[in-house]
Amino acid sequence: MSALSLLPARRPVPGVFVALGLTLAIGWLVVLVDGGHLFNQSTTVSLLHVAAGLGLVAVGQTLVILGGSLDLSVAYVISLSTLVAAETMNGSDGGLLPAIGLALAVSAGVGLLNGLLVTKLRVNAFIATLGVGLLLKGYLDSGYDGPAGTTSPTLVQTLGYQRVGPVPVSFLLLVAVTGAAWFALSRTRFGHHLVAVGGDPEVARLSGVRNDRVLVTAHVLCSLCAGLAGIYLASRLGSGAPRVGTEGLYDLESIAAVVIGGTALAGGRGGVVGTVGGVLLLASIDAIFNQLEVDAFFKQVIRGAIIIAAVAVYARRAMRKAA
Amino acid sequence: MQTVQPRFLPLRVPRLRPGGVLPILAILAVLLVLVGIRQPDFLAPSSLMSFLGRSAPIILLAAGQYFVIVSGEFDLSVGSLVTAQVVVAARLIDGDPARTWPVVLLLLAFGAVVGLINGLITTRLRVPSFITTLGMFLILVGAVYLWSDGAPKGGLSEEFRRFGRRAVEDVPVLGRVPYALLVLLVLAVLAVLLMRSDFGRTLVAVGDNPRTAALSGVRVWRARTIAFVLSGLAAAVAAILLGGYSGVSFQAGAGLEFGAITAVVLGGVALGGGRGSVVGAMLGALTLELLFALMNFYGVSGALRSTVQGAIILLAVAVSATRSSSR
Amino acid sequence: MSDPPPAPLLTLRGIGKSFLGVRVLDGVDLDVAPGEVHAVVGENGAGKSTLMKVVSGGYAPDGGTIELAGQPRVFRGPRDAQRAGVGIIHQEFNLLPERTVAENVYLGHEPVRRGLVDRREMLDRTTRLLASIGETALPADARVGRLGVAQQQVVEIAKALALDARLLIMDEPTAALADHEVELLYGLVRRLQQRGIGLLYVSHRLTEVFDLSTRITVLKDGRRVTTVDTAATTADELVRHMVGRELSSYYPERAAPDDIGPVRLTVRDAGNRKLRGVDLQLRAGEVLGIGGLQGSGRSALARALFGVAPFTTGDVTLDGRPVRLRSPRAAMRAGIAYVTEDRKSEGIVPRQSVLDNALLASRAVFAARSGRAARTARVRELLAAVEVRGAGDDQEIRFLSGGNQQKVVLARWLALDPRILLFDEPTRGIDVGAKSAIHDLVRRLARDGAAVLMISSDLPELLGMSDRIVVMRDGRIAGELPAGASEEDVVALAVGTVREAAL
Repeated sequence: MSALSLLPARRPVPGVFVALGLTLAIGWLVVLVDGGHLFNQSTTVSLLHVAAGLGLVAVGQTLVILGGSLDLSVAYVISLSTLVAAETMNGSDGGLLPAIGLALAVSAGVGLLNGLLVTKLRVNAFIATLGVGLLLKGYLDSGYDGPAGTTSPTLVQTLGYQRVGPVPVSFLLLVAVTGAAWFALSRTRFGHHLVAVGGDPEVARLSGVRNDRVLVTAHVLCSLCAGLAGIYLASRLGSGAPRVGTEGLYDLESIAAVVIGGTALAGGRGGVVGTVGGVLLLASIDAIFNQLEVDAFFKQVIRGAIIIAAVAVYARRAMRKAA
Repeated sequence: MQTVQPRFLPLRVPRLRPGGVLPILAILAVLLVLVGIRQPDFLAPSSLMSFLGRSAPIILLAAGQYFVIVSGEFDLSVGSLVTAQVVVAARLIDGDPARTWPVVLLLLAFGAVVGLINGLITTRLRVPSFITTLGMFLILVGAVYLWSDGAPKGGLSEEFRRFGRRAVEDVPVLGRVPYALLVLLVLAVLAVLLMRSDFGRTLVAVGDNPRTAALSGVRVWRARTIAFVLSGLAAAVAAILLGGYSGVSFQAGAGLEFGAITAVVLGGVALGGGRGSVVGAMLGALTLELLFALMNFYGVSGALRSTVQGAIILLAVAVSATRSSSR
Repeated sequence: MSDPPPAPLLTLRGIGKSFLGVRVLDGVDLDVAPGEVHAVVGENGAGKSTLMKVVSGGYAPDGGTIELAGQPRVFRGPRDAQRAGVGIIHQEFNLLPERTVAENVYLGHEPVRRGLVDRREMLDRTTRLLASIGETALPADARVGRLGVAQQQVVEIAKALALDARLLIMDEPTAALADHEVELLYGLVRRLQQRGIGLLYVSHRLTEVFDLSTRITVLKDGRRVTTVDTAATTADELVRHMVGRELSSYYPERAAPDDIGPVRLTVRDAGNRKLRGVDLQLRAGEVLGIGGLQGSGRSALARALFGVAPFTTGDVTLDGRPVRLRSPRAAMRAGIAYVTEDRKSEGIVPRQSVLDNALLASRAVFAARSGRAARTARVRELLAAVEVRGAGDDQEIRFLSGGNQQKVVLARWLALDPRILLFDEPTRGIDVGAKSAIHDLVRRLARDGAAVLMISSDLPELLGMSDRIVVMRDGRIAGELPAGASEEDVVALAVGTVREAAL
């Protein structure tokens, strides 16, 4: 049996890629009528940059949602990570690696806290991560009024702005992280167990899966992804930014990307590839609006509506399936 | 037996049971003592009155949030709704006193409609309420910025502002009694009456066990939608008081949703629904405000408020989690 | 009784188990030889499920010993039993519909090579495993959610075998299967037998018990009545063993013929997803008992009449007028009340007071009809009349005993003055005293002119209370029995040893 014969059992291409294609086609036409061009170099590059930041968070979010949990603290973890990274680097290349290590370690710590609250104290994931988010928010609000620290120039030049053709290095990082997550989900016991825990915790438990350990790991990985996104944003902005996570709406948008990408909000079904499709879809809509010079606030209204509508569509579908 | 004491604290001694108001009263008392030690002036009638007036908006929001939480949902849109209301009011009134009352009515209708939409999307389209209301948050913030081109326009009339900043002067013993406090008292009594009514009892039952409620003929979706509408209305009133007190800004309602949720949890209301009283929720808000005042007296940065809220939420749910698992 | 075959795989001696002081299993002995299909039969509540849970590690027994292949074992949980080689196939499958066959079969012990899940190995092993039980048509990489029920059952069996199960427990394996799928299961069971696997086969359906088993153990009231060689017994004999408890407890007097009034409710050729061709008449003043096994459609009937899962075909008339019972509210407006089977999740609002629980329905549907004070006073009267004991009206209902909770639920419905009452297992989990109080209440309601439909798995209760009994099987009405029918009559109709008794 060849490995390819596995494909029929995998989900077919999620509908999100069809939606993405349609969106790009329609967007291209509309922008063309408007007298612009959607697929010029600068638009593509900025689209991919937007996708890289959101994508890193959303891939992590996919892991926890697959496991039947949720992380609302990612936005604050991102902000925290930009600050930890930029302040540790303090503008020098020498501090690059320790800074990245520290930022990721701090993020992982937050993930560990989230995971333990959700599993050991059996606190609803929404509440637990909201509470942890507020803890972090208080720290950020009290400690910082504005940008702080300076990102190492090397990081800015590479992760922040370097490109391979039209593709930013950061997007390649997203591709790599997505690949790793995909690999973990399909080829490691952790991945198999995570999907099982999200699908039916009782079945997983009876099959010998250690549910708590799996979920804690997922939360740590999710926060690590958010931390990585923070490091990337620090490289774009050149400094740590205490509000970048919340102002970028990374919490809600990452959840939206996951749901649009076909992962069930209740867990147990979906994957990271669909999530990247969802991220590209959101980033494309953003790029099209930018090309049409749509008001930034109008964009936000549309975003809110899209998120609610997307979840409603999937909720309906799940309902029909259950009926 | 339907007499309700027209006072903030019920005279009846609260029973000690989960979801009762005794724990929150105890915390409130301890905080009052601590405040009294540090800042005896604070306990003078006049300053106490103005403190209560200042706390009225968050107490009202906590009551609104209570309706939603006790029915088993969340409303994260209230902060943005308050902001939107304040900005809309300023632009529509534009300093013209004659427009005050029509705009007040419009704001109430606006709040009710936003709540209605939240409720219908959550119950009829089965979108989890935190997503519905966070989406609504985005829409409201975006819409209000869009409508005002990025900076608040117009201004509130003095008529409008008096609800939030004026007071009944020269009251014996108490001194100044802020209008906001009077509004609060009236609405608090209404809220207590509502929770004692058929609707109120049914709403708690919906949060406690929606299946039983549905099998007893309760329209669960309708009860929850009404709860969202009440939350929207509470946000409208809170916006009127807040706009009057602190003026127009895009930050008018920032973070209030978290404050309201924290207050509700602190007041002994179970997240997930079915337990706790509206009085507890409102006392929770008062306690939270007093705690912030105390932090202020001790020179703790106000920016740490979120941390305190986060800690309270986590502590409260952890305590109830351990309590229920040990049973 | 025959001599047990040599070297039994499983030996149970004196297994006992009590819940809250109620003896559910009492000194049960049983053994299973390799390659044997040992059927366990008995009425609802005879202790079959509890026994299976004891063998598969779900419950720890209070007394007795479990030996596997001669070694004494104590299972600390289902995983312990799995490792010891005991697999269980539940009625409700423990499968993940979104995952493939192979992923389900090897969940929790995926084959690993160099730290990574070896998917090809997993597929190959699954394919071989399926082939070894004769399933060559089932692809190991198919998504389980797309498989039919019979194939999912095969996956469950493969999952157990992947853990090297030597003893397989099958709990009502045919309950969810269509007729042609049952044949497939028969083949599968025989191949498992050939592999030397011992099977404990729990079933209500005597036909398949006779088709498949080597020996049959009959349980009743938690005790083993007998173990017989299948070849040496008959269906009638088994049914006699299953029933025959003494009608010791007191039941209120049945309705006299004059007490029974006109037809209130008529159901004609009605059906939905769980019910087919239901014809039923319910008269004022009578208690109509509904018998049948679990899953036979009894609760589905009550839920259809109450508008929870309405009929999709057929007609319902109420007092001669056609009605559409599309929701609980519609049913309540038509004068129907429904006391649910699962009190905890569907009957009570646990953290609200007794009074609030009793007022729930009247507040929801008839709030405008009467004044608040009058309504509350009436409900308080009803609570007193049903004699809720040991609790004030302000106490949270979850602290009450099951019997008192049920009385509160009853008061909730009586406040609506219903003309038709549907009871689903009204006395399940209720102590003896409260039980007879509820029996009296039900009878009193009928005497006052209400039409009562009462579902019960408790045969003495069904026989003692009913003026007429309708027995259901497989979503249909299997037959009707008059008052004074015997337990054998009910069980025979329920398990299908007699075909469609005369209506």
